[in-house]
Amino acid sequence: MNKTFTIIKREYLSRVRKKSFIVMTILGPLLMAALMIVPVFIARMSDSVYEVAIVDDTRLFSREFVDANNVKFTDINIDVDSAIELMKANKFDAVLHIPATAFQAPSTLRLFTEKAINMNAKLYMESILRNEFELMKLAHAGIDPEVLKATETKISITAIRMLRDGHEQTDYPEVSMGLGIFGGILIYFFVFLFGAQVMRGVMEEKSNRIVEIIVSSVKPFQLMMGKIVGIAMVGLTQFLIWIFLTFAIVGAVSAAMPEVFRFTPQENIYTSSSQSLNPAEVQQQMQQIQQQNTPAGQIMEALRAINYKVMILSFIFYFLGGYLLYAALFAAIGSAVDNEADTQQFMLPITIPMIFSIVMAQMVMNNPAGPVAFWLSIIPFTSPIIMMVRIPFGVPWFDLWLSVILLIAGFLGTTWLAAKIYRTGILMYGKKVSYKELWNWVRRTG
Amino acid sequence: MEYIFQAENIYKQYEKHQALTDVSISVPGKGIFGLLGPNGAGKTTLIRIINQIISPDQGKLFFNGERLTAKHIARIGYLPEERGLYKKMKVGEQALYLARLKNVESKEARKSLKEWFEKFDLLPWWDRKVEELSKGMQQKVQFIITILHKPELLIFDEPFSGFDPINVNLLKSEILKLRDQGTSIIFSTHNMSSVEELCDHIALINKSEKILDGKLDEIKKAHSNRIFTLEIGDLKKPMEEILSPVAKVLRYENGKDGIVRAKVRIDEGYNANDLIKHILPSVHFHGFQEELPSMNDIFIKTVTGKYPQELKKEDLKLHMDIDTQ
Repeated sequence: MNKTFTIIKREYLSRVRKKSFIVMTILGPLLMAALMIVPVFIARMSDSVYEVAIVDDTRLFSREFVDANNVKFTDINIDVDSAIELMKANKFDAVLHIPATAFQAPSTLRLFTEKAINMNAKLYMESILRNEFELMKLAHAGIDPEVLKATETKISITAIRMLRDGHEQTDYPEVSMGLGIFGGILIYFFVFLFGAQVMRGVMEEKSNRIVEIIVSSVKPFQLMMGKIVGIAMVGLTQFLIWIFLTFAIVGAVSAAMPEVFRFTPQENIYTSSSQSLNPAEVQQQMQQIQQQNTPAGQIMEALRAINYKVMILSFIFYFLGGYLLYAALFAAIGSAVDNEADTQQFMLPITIPMIFSIVMAQMVMNNPAGPVAFWLSIIPFTSPIIMMVRIPFGVPWFDLWLSVILLIAGFLGTTWLAAKIYRTGILMYGKKVSYKELWNWVRRTG
Repeated sequence: MEYIFQAENIYKQYEKHQALTDVSISVPGKGIFGLLGPNGAGKTTLIRIINQIISPDQGKLFFNGERLTAKHIARIGYLPEERGLYKKMKVGEQALYLARLKNVESKEARKSLKEWFEKFDLLPWWDRKVEELSKGMQQKVQFIITILHKPELLIFDEPFSGFDPINVNLLKSEILKLRDQGTSIIFSTHNMSSVEELCDHIALINKSEKILDGKLDEIKKAHSNRIFTLEIGDLKKPMEEILSPVAKVLRYENGKDGIVRAKVRIDEGYNANDLIKHILPSVHFHGFQEELPSMNDIFIKTVTGKYPQELKKEDLKLHMDIDTQ
């Protein structure tokens, strides 16, 4: 036990002290944030104004073209050819020609440019024209556009789940989906990242021939478990630091810019307006409050509604469980081969259930309480990812416990299997191993 | 005699390959025991069994008279033939780690490591990564790691491979020092001259079976070819006539000092005494010595059935092809 601890310590420290680990751990959350913020800045800075000359032969639409962010319109009352000459003289980036027949035949609309077309500007112009054409058609049909506008209704049903303890809680299935798939992918990523580290570690010990020195002091099983556990701790360390840093960054940003995150939860609206039974009044009140809610604030609120204790604890459990299950197999592969190229043939049985889980995640999200979701979330090879996808939607205790117990049984099983392959494999050199031979190693005693 | 290690009737089989068949060895305490054999004979398998890295299919193992168990691991030191270190790890840290795995206390390990590093001129390299060391230096580090926990039984598998002659001598003297301090050593090698130099006992394994075992000098005596060196002067008759019919001359040379040095083989039915008696009247005696076969010759003779001089190319080939397991 003492020796296993010594091995765990070495495996852990030798990885945690690596520069790449420190960079990944500290910069990971920052890079993620930067990845979201920087494009916004770049988009703001770099886009120059796109100048469009409008040649409107109908004289009906030109005033509807309102300058937008990066598009500036100039109504020039000259013929198309002269306008194109002006464009060639670099006065404009593009010329929009609305011929007299445009309303009857919209396909005669033309946009002339010298350089590549700015797609955003083109879409913007199209939407303006579409809108105007539709209004004119309505007018032709004798329908008052105001009437049509009044019939437009925005529907968004607020889902409220009745919890067993009597509380009500607003559900945000979109956020649950996002969070579920995020958790699932994170598990996938972690299992592969750290599983591959186990494999490479085993191969390193085998190829630099230190393994025989070590197994003359400790049992092969101790060496294998020491490595697996040590690397698991590395993964946990990284995850916990990420969680901590993410909360710290989000907390700091939302404290610094409260107006971006303003939000009043909808339940509160109901409660505060329930005295007034006039539906119109309630509607008006709600709209008023909702208008103050910013999108960012809405997301924040949804995130706040998530049970983080359950999310983080289950992530840790399913990461560890999934990792232990697969890491043992990774260790067995590492021990059976002499070089990285030979690992390919054995990687398939590991990769397939993992990729299958990710593929099935979409189906599970569409019906998080259905039979597919149930079975995939209790089978140990898929449960780490699928259960993470399900958890944000809420999972019955029975499913959760069954999945936990089976996952523990699963990794005990793969570890037992892997240990048998490992102790033979690490001392076997210069031989390409087949599945049949691996099976012989498993069966062999002593 | 007291034995530090005994293996009784060991069998080990791999998938399609018999690695050890009924092998028994007894390693006397406080000496150097040579474990010899061609490639693929089963030496490494036997060594791994002694180190409890693998277990035999059948047979009993004893350490100091007790059945071998995991608690004896710390009393054995093993330098494998194929050996290496973590390339990216610092030398001192790595040596400490491996010492800790042999249950040496951190403090004590650091202290004696520093002493050994000093002795082997490695101290400046303590904080360097292993990959920065030359192969010879890495071998020295491995040697230190093997002996650091003061094992009672040391097992060296080809310890001199990768060393330059100066370091081979350094290592030999350290091994002899350890022996003089009472450590028992199992020494596996293909280098027969170092066997003659170091070993007291040997066992020879070929094709999974032990075919020769015993004290080095007794084995040499047993393999005597009845060849003697004579140093004689004042020959009264031609050489052949003097020797006949007791012995035949193989070759001789006339020294400038008037002494003839001759290599002779005594014929069947006679012994050294007969030879001396027979030639005494005809010569002046200066010296007489038995020419024992070299360990190299004995090895080849035992494995192939022929002395190296008699071997044909085909015979050699046959024994080179045995693959390693």
